[in-house]
Amino acid sequence: MDFKDYYNALGVSRTASADDIKKAFRKAARKYHPDINSGADAEAKFKDVNEAYEVLKDPERRAAYDQLGKEPPQGQGRYQPPPDWDSGYEFSDAMGAQGEGGFSDFFETLFRRGAGPTAGMRAGPAADSHGRIEIAIEDSYRGAERKLSLRSPVVGPNGGVTMQDRTISVRVPKGILAGQHIRLAGQGSPGFDGGAAGDLFLEVSFAAHPVYRPDGKDLYLDLPITSWEAALGGHIVMPTPDGKVDLRIPKNARSGQKMRLKGKGLPGTPAGDIFATLKIVNPKAETEKARALFEQMAKEMPFDPRAHLEGYAK
Amino acid sequence: MKLTTMRTDIVEALSLQDLCRFCQADETWVVELVEHGVLDPIGSTSGNWRFVGTSIVRAKKARRLNRDLGINTAGIALVLDLLEERDAVLRRLAQHEAI
Repeated sequence: MDFKDYYNALGVSRTASADDIKKAFRKAARKYHPDINSGADAEAKFKDVNEAYEVLKDPERRAAYDQLGKEPPQGQGRYQPPPDWDSGYEFSDAMGAQGEGGFSDFFETLFRRGAGPTAGMRAGPAADSHGRIEIAIEDSYRGAERKLSLRSPVVGPNGGVTMQDRTISVRVPKGILAGQHIRLAGQGSPGFDGGAAGDLFLEVSFAAHPVYRPDGKDLYLDLPITSWEAALGGHIVMPTPDGKVDLRIPKNARSGQKMRLKGKGLPGTPAGDIFATLKIVNPKAETEKARALFEQMAKEMPFDPRAHLEGYAK
Repeated sequence: MKLTTMRTDIVEALSLQDLCRFCQADETWVVELVEHGVLDPIGSTSGNWRFVGTSIVRAKKARRLNRDLGINTAGIALVLDLLEERDAVLRRLAQHEAI
């Protein structure tokens, strides 16, 4: 278990007033909120900030935490609380609903040990769980199966709460889009007091793709073509996740020109489109023959791409 | 551990009650979001509203912004609009940088 420096997480000193802590928390919460900050580590940071505030905003918890030691222990970064560290402190269990993901083991051990059922486990017919799943764009074209590790709180016979890991296999339906939810009926948290389990909802997102940029059902990409393909036009074969397609390049195509491949985007009724932005690339003149061809063009083609700059010359 | 493939379906449309359960919010709050134009359900009366597609994601985001940052409905409407604008700009920027 790692020691958590809650003061550091909020960027306040150990002597900070309750008001300063609140202010620092609000500012950090805005900055790192995962819906606002799409940075990779924003979510982890947001969790840290919330956990820190959960402890430091409560005078009893803060006092107990301060009691643990002024210095984080050196060495392995592993932390064991001293025995009876919390004797004499009473915790009012005022946990807010934290939704997705709980707090660190450090927090759970110090502040939730032996506590009753945690938030989100209240008696009731069903408790839905929410999670996220990242899939490849190709998975949406064909449908896929994914293994998923879940961790959920389980109420034991003595009333204590333990975390239980389980692995399930999820079928990713064909045609799923980023932002849509997959429902797994009956796979949410088990109901408290024998109630029926809720559903598990997974919000889908696409892993960044080296070629395609998705926008709803449509995919965007840059399509490289040679300068002669652009000049002469003609048919090229383009590989897509939906199979190879024959694409007609118009004569005198220019860089930046957009081609639409209707119905080749993500499946659906109707299916999405693929938008290919042409990008003209020249081969390197590395052989004698290639140099000769370029030289011939230079000699015989009266073309000045900078003609329009003349008017602006000094 | 036994591994069975779970029955899955895509969440296509949610009623007002379903949406409330989905994002753990009460009906008055969801109605307020509709009145502010944050959510755009199909159907004329709240009894037969169907929330689809982006409305579901927006509702979830709205709930988180409200719960985590204490933003009220008008503020959420503004934040979500600005975030969508920002994302559109970032998408366009990514396209131009790619060329």
